[in-house]
Amino acid sequence: MKLPELLRAALVIARRDYSATVLSKTFLFFLLGPLFPLALGFMFGNLGGKIVKEADQPRVAVVSSQADYDALVAARDRLAPLAEERPMVGLVHRLPEADAKTQREALLAAKDTPVLGVLEGGLDAPHFTGDVDEEGRTLKQLASFVDLARQSALAAPPGGAPLGFTATNESAGSLVSIRMLTARAGQFLLFFLTLLLAGMLLSQMLEEKSNKVIEVLASSVPVDAIFVGKLFAMLAISLTGIAVWFAAGIGAFAIYVDGGLAAAPPAPAVGWPLFLVLLLVYFSMSYLLVGAAFLGIGAQASTVREVQTMSMPVTMLQVVLLLGAQAGVGKPDSIEALAAAVFPFTSPFAMIARAAEQDAIWPHLVALGWQMLWVALILKLAAKLFRKSVLKSGKPFRWPWMRKTA
Amino acid sequence: MQESRFAAEATNLVKTFDGKRAVDGVSLAVPEGSIFGFLGPNGAGKTTTLRMMLGIIDPDEGSRSLLGHDRPLEAAHDVGYLPEERGLYPAMTAREAIAFMGALRGLPLDAGRTRATQLLEENGLGDWTMKPIRSLSKGMAQTVQLLGTIVHNPKLIILDEPFSGLDAINQGKLEGLIRAQAAAGTTVIFSTHVIAHAERLCEQVAIIAKGKLAFSGGVAAARERLNPIVRLKTRATDGPWRSALPAAATRDGEEWHFELPDSGPEPLLKALIEGDAGIETLSIERPGLHDAFVAIAGEAAAAEMEEGK
Repeated sequence: MKLPELLRAALVIARRDYSATVLSKTFLFFLLGPLFPLALGFMFGNLGGKIVKEADQPRVAVVSSQADYDALVAARDRLAPLAEERPMVGLVHRLPEADAKTQREALLAAKDTPVLGVLEGGLDAPHFTGDVDEEGRTLKQLASFVDLARQSALAAPPGGAPLGFTATNESAGSLVSIRMLTARAGQFLLFFLTLLLAGMLLSQMLEEKSNKVIEVLASSVPVDAIFVGKLFAMLAISLTGIAVWFAAGIGAFAIYVDGGLAAAPPAPAVGWPLFLVLLLVYFSMSYLLVGAAFLGIGAQASTVREVQTMSMPVTMLQVVLLLGAQAGVGKPDSIEALAAAVFPFTSPFAMIARAAEQDAIWPHLVALGWQMLWVALILKLAAKLFRKSVLKSGKPFRWPWMRKTA
Repeated sequence: MQESRFAAEATNLVKTFDGKRAVDGVSLAVPEGSIFGFLGPNGAGKTTTLRMMLGIIDPDEGSRSLLGHDRPLEAAHDVGYLPEERGLYPAMTAREAIAFMGALRGLPLDAGRTRATQLLEENGLGDWTMKPIRSLSKGMAQTVQLLGTIVHNPKLIILDEPFSGLDAINQGKLEGLIRAQAAAGTTVIFSTHVIAHAERLCEQVAIIAKGKLAFSGGVAAARERLNPIVRLKTRATDGPWRSALPAAATRDGEEWHFELPDSGPEPLLKALIEGDAGIETLSIERPGLHDAFVAIAGEAAAAEMEEGK
């Protein structure tokens, strides 16, 4: 069959699959799909953060003179910026009472102001009593507070101007780091989208097989056209979803992030517009490469159960591909990066990383041609396998040595 | 593409599944414009032969051509096919299902929709045009698929067991539709295990049993393979006329049944009259296709056909 007729037939099948999916009610759930993990992440992140904050901000009662307590608080405040997000031990002051032991036990048992322990003896003979790990954070922090408080008490008052600061937009060092980050983020996004969307192709032939429509299709058009049509229909469906998600994401970024789109991180090597175009193109290639293989593998399945059984190893395989491609991030001309760019299944991941790190365009044109060639080869093989094993077409396969003896 | 007066031809087709020969050296030639019946019990190899001829599967050996194309899919735009296992997308409307089947075979979608609406109206399904397939009865869905088979005005229609699952009224409608297509010059090939349909519709038949072709040719030629049956009732119960009856003659009550001897009716009549048989009734009947099938394919295949009804 000639190529224009094959493409025409593929388009008929793709159009049917696309409209059957996009015009169905379930497509709305598909579009909302990524919102669920985001919403859950947001909800549990906030809640969890709050719990962690409360749980991880231990307090210690300091039984000392007001001067010693003030010195400890000052030391704590000076050390606090170094701790950043990690919580510092909170201090609660109590003046010493006549019976130190009774006071200590009362403080340890107090439920209205629960404390991890009691620091006594002031700066001269500090001693901590409490339920903490000897090598843990609380004790180390308290030791630092005491040390700094003692040094401050001995030293002369600090003089001179505070540290000055001038911000620049970028430096070579920061750019390399940010582009590596962009490369990894691009790979993860590609991986996530492919993982999320290409898996659907495993079950694509099930509908036709269970409805017996496959006989009508196979008698009308070549199996190659069926595979091409189904693959591109699913790609179009995925791109429709991505367009909606991207639009929503960019909208949310512009609204909720200070500075809007101007606050976007520094541009990757090829610039943001081309990088985003390449991201879409490499997603398409990754989808077509992995999807063509999935379509072929899934076409062998007769039931949903068989498809589900295939899903796990297929997902694991995708993770391995991502890990393979990540080996070259940060060193785009290394053997690892070049190998990942040449191996068809890792090529899109490796090339999107290259787009973040190097500005040359021609490697992308070569890579796209190479990847398209492999899509065609895999599709041809998948269609042949389908005809052979599912439709039982042609002579059964025999190895050359078996042919001689047969 | 070759010039041919045959709409479909197959030469020595062989197909083996898991070591078992499902089709074993079948050769067929279906004249253009004919209604061709493909007879055989379930599992005889009819569907496999048709699937090979359509190019759904390739034969292990042999060759086939459809409308002069050695690669059957190249003739797909001029062929309509109704598979034995009916298949439609449940969510599609009746009109879209028909238009989609037409589009697969080269008919533009808009033209397909217009023609689908017209065909549904003509076949009493006008109210169901925009209804999804899942809401149609089995018979209606089957009609929709049949209309999808002819929506693109094919030159050749292949129907695999088209009558199965239809009630008597719909079987009659389908027979009418097949005749109408043939009258318009379309070649129709259909497989069946119900001889009566073939007898009513076909000019040409092929009989297949256990994967092998037992007969292919005109219905009349199949029937002529058997001598006519004589039914005789006489007043005399015995006498010299009995020697005129063949040894294989059987008696059913007062009536004798036997094949007309090769010498023909005149010597038989003369011997009966001269032997004082006292003929009360005598009829000479040409055997039906069922008898021909039994003679050609054997009693066992005929019994399987009866079981498969």
